[in-house]
Amino acid sequence: MSQPLDSKDVSSELPQQPSRHILGGRHGKADSLDAMTGVARYTDDISLPRMLHAKILRSPHAHAEIVRIDVSAAEALDGVHAVVVGREMPTCYGVIPWTPDEQALATDKVRYVGDAVAAVAAISEEIANLACQLIEVEYKVLPALITPEAALQHPEIKIHPNNKHGNITKSVQLAFGDVDGQLEAADLVVEGHYQFHGTTHGALEPHCAVAYFDTRQLLTVWSSTQVPHYLHRELAKVLGLPTYQIRVIQPLVGGGFGGKSEPFDLEFAAALLSIRTGRPVKLLYTREEVFLAHRGRHPFDMNYRTGFSKDGKILAVDARSILDGGAYSSFGLVTTYYSGQLLGSPYAFDSYRFDSTRVYTNKPACGPKRGHGSVQPRFAMEVQLDKAAVALGLDPIELRRRNFIGENTTTINEFHVGSSGFLECLDSVEQASGWKQRRGRLPRGRGLGVAGSTYISGTNYCIYPTELPQSGVQICLDRSGRVRVFAGTSDIGQGSSTMLSVIAAEELGVEIDDVRVIAADSDLCPVDLGAYSSRITLMAGNACLSAAKDLGGKVRDAVAKSWGCSRREVLLAGRRAQRLDDPSVWMSIQDAFVLAEIAYGTMGSTGSYQTPRQEVHGEYRGGTIGASPAYSFTAHIAEVEVDEETGEIEILHVWCAHDCGKALSPVLVEGQIEGSVYMGAAEVVLEHHHVMDSGLKADGSQRDSGPGVEGLLAASSLLDYRMPTTLDTPQLHAMIVEKPDPRGPYGAKEAGEGPLHSAIPAIVNAIYDAIGVRIDQLPATPSKILAALRAQRSGNPL
Amino acid sequence: MSHSPHSQPPVRPVPAGAVRIACTINGQAREFVAAPMRRLIDVLRDDLGLVGTKEGCGEGECGACSILLDGQPVNSCLIPAIQVQGANLTTIEGLASRDTFNKTVLHPVQQAFLEHGGAQCGICTPGMIVTAAWMVQTGQPAADVPKVLAGNLCRCTGYAHIVTSVQAAVEAGQAAGLTERPAGEA
Repeated sequence: MSQPLDSKDVSSELPQQPSRHILGGRHGKADSLDAMTGVARYTDDISLPRMLHAKILRSPHAHAEIVRIDVSAAEALDGVHAVVVGREMPTCYGVIPWTPDEQALATDKVRYVGDAVAAVAAISEEIANLACQLIEVEYKVLPALITPEAALQHPEIKIHPNNKHGNITKSVQLAFGDVDGQLEAADLVVEGHYQFHGTTHGALEPHCAVAYFDTRQLLTVWSSTQVPHYLHRELAKVLGLPTYQIRVIQPLVGGGFGGKSEPFDLEFAAALLSIRTGRPVKLLYTREEVFLAHRGRHPFDMNYRTGFSKDGKILAVDARSILDGGAYSSFGLVTTYYSGQLLGSPYAFDSYRFDSTRVYTNKPACGPKRGHGSVQPRFAMEVQLDKAAVALGLDPIELRRRNFIGENTTTINEFHVGSSGFLECLDSVEQASGWKQRRGRLPRGRGLGVAGSTYISGTNYCIYPTELPQSGVQICLDRSGRVRVFAGTSDIGQGSSTMLSVIAAEELGVEIDDVRVIAADSDLCPVDLGAYSSRITLMAGNACLSAAKDLGGKVRDAVAKSWGCSRREVLLAGRRAQRLDDPSVWMSIQDAFVLAEIAYGTMGSTGSYQTPRQEVHGEYRGGTIGASPAYSFTAHIAEVEVDEETGEIEILHVWCAHDCGKALSPVLVEGQIEGSVYMGAAEVVLEHHHVMDSGLKADGSQRDSGPGVEGLLAASSLLDYRMPTTLDTPQLHAMIVEKPDPRGPYGAKEAGEGPLHSAIPAIVNAIYDAIGVRIDQLPATPSKILAALRAQRSGNPL
Repeated sequence: MSHSPHSQPPVRPVPAGAVRIACTINGQAREFVAAPMRRLIDVLRDDLGLVGTKEGCGEGECGACSILLDGQPVNSCLIPAIQVQGANLTTIEGLASRDTFNKTVLHPVQQAFLEHGGAQCGICTPGMIVTAAWMVQTGQPAADVPKVLAGNLCRCTGYAHIVTSVQAAVEAGQAAGLTERPAGEA
């Protein structure tokens, strides 16, 4: 806790911390009772008078030109109110403004099985579905490029004809230090070829949008988005409406995990259909459409070379990666940088190089899934470290300790690292798992593995260039002793509204239930950029703290005046204002708010947060991506049991210690750790967003399956896409480490994505400890385990 | 296309063969008209406004639409309307009650979820709680919680706080004698 605190430090101005803290208490989510009693309202729960239901017609082909669309039969169907096609809103958009390569509905060509072609609004979903079947689309089928190899081999078959370089969407080469020299000088060079497969978010609430273009020509869009601000901008762009004519409201969202962090066809289609009909229009995805919308984890093919000294110091990292992007750019420009930019911590090394290329393929587009772009390289990096520990005869935890980057330092790629509890995380999992006593003494088939990682607490820059704050919060006090917080933040289940309540309650002396958060309504709330990059606690939290401190100061001033003391002698806590030195002198918080309103007029304030800009990153191109005000740190130990007869892997335990700076709501932080570990574990052994690979081979020939099969999703239901149930989920042991960072509110850093990363390599390393085989290509299926065991027995390990 | 934007409101026509169905929902006698094969979840959500029951997949795999049908947990997306003729249904809206002062009295499972932080995004929560309520009401052993909840997917929590919540509720229910039959008999 002895962090050097900069000018943003809050504690220096608060000598009188309330005696009874809201902060850090074991409260639950502020609004969770609504979910538990069935009164919580999500987008699909909205029903408006005269509301129509819409459905989207999707491409059956992975790659085809649209020759002709005839909607006349659909329009003629009784109960149909409108049919729209792509040419009615042809403007290209993209969540990253530099890569606008999507259209709401395809105009000229379709690029994956499931690409949107037309949309229908009717009096019921059934009729809308029937009408979709009546739309005639004539396609000219093109060769489908399903794998990155095929897409790279056939630059002449351009998935996006206007793309500059064949099917390459982004290519990044960055180098720091003398990589080749260090590799040459190294005592040990570990080389590995790794593959990470595609996985998807699988939020249990399917995407849904309701749009209503009213008689005042105001378009209101309710959407299950996690980025209402970016949706607002893209709706304006594509529909050709000014932003002031659009209101975006994000109701409660039933999970996001990155899968709702950009605009989708449904919001544009619902909006245009409402404009056409003058009625509210609802569009709800089926579960299959959620799998098609995807934007999940990119499949990575990675070649790593890591150099070590004989005492285990990392000397050089040389990484080459191919990213399978799917049909559109999505966040891919950023993903390509993330594939290398976040490897410079938690370990220090003097030379580093990465070369990453993202490729278009005729599959559902990949994007940001929890731990965007940095989960895959972390897997490769941490398995490399495990291999080095074995080769050098070192304990893998000790090897990691020796390479720890430290605190208040700078990474090889010039990011500023503030607080870091990485060593404490390693200590925690080592102790809790019984690592020292048990490792090496478990029976064959059972093993322990370790891994570590780091993650950003928000990305330092907005997606579009702007000098505006990343987050704004407005707070009002009312005469009844309640507090209202208005914020653009997106609560997608992670508890951002609770976080705001906690901060406001802590500063203003009320209880969590006394704070009402009005969030994510563009007409009512200041802008926040959204629930992505684990940014809200740090950014909106700081904005909220600033606004709350402003009001709290005024309340204390007004009370102090009536008591004839100084503001510093007034404490706000437990629904009271009281004398710090004499608790018998007090008044209710309601009276205190009234005194303040008499003294200052209506009690409202705003707070905003802007990132530290250049001081946290290097000035090179790409140096802004991966830059963050503060970094979280994580360590995992996994224990697995492998059945050598069947190849089945059971993950028994995962211990995860996560440094979130300061846990404002420990129960919620534990929930983020547990949910992250669960999701990571599932990616190792169960889940695979698998697209059938029967398109054009690199040599130009077609693969074996018949026409129409290429590009089909092999797992487009919750039966086939195997999300773990209670019985498949390992015992999760969540541990919170607190190393407050001066840039976070009360020192808080992120907790939502970091705890996923090293779960994956920890499990894979545990498999090696259990049976002595390496699974470098995920997922770790029973057949791969059996093949590796056969190779081990034959003396030719894979 | 025969409709102008301001013609008839979009009332779903009563399909041919629709039948009148009478049942009890959350302790109240209800009657509705629906095609026999209309999904129960649509009747609940769209016709009767009971939107606390959630749809996650529509294929019986996620359990978000769980309700109690004559005391048994079922996926309401897989139940045709005709099947509830004369049945007794409990949805998430029917678990909490009101005391004489109109104050909400939570079901023990809801109370346990509140105390143990069993919900994150909340979309699976109604289904989880309905399934768990069946465990409490029928006296299932606490050790069976992971097995019984295996039909309800959650994507946020890793189930840890959910299992803790339900185990606490099951144990509390047994201690309070809430169960309809002794534990271990199930």
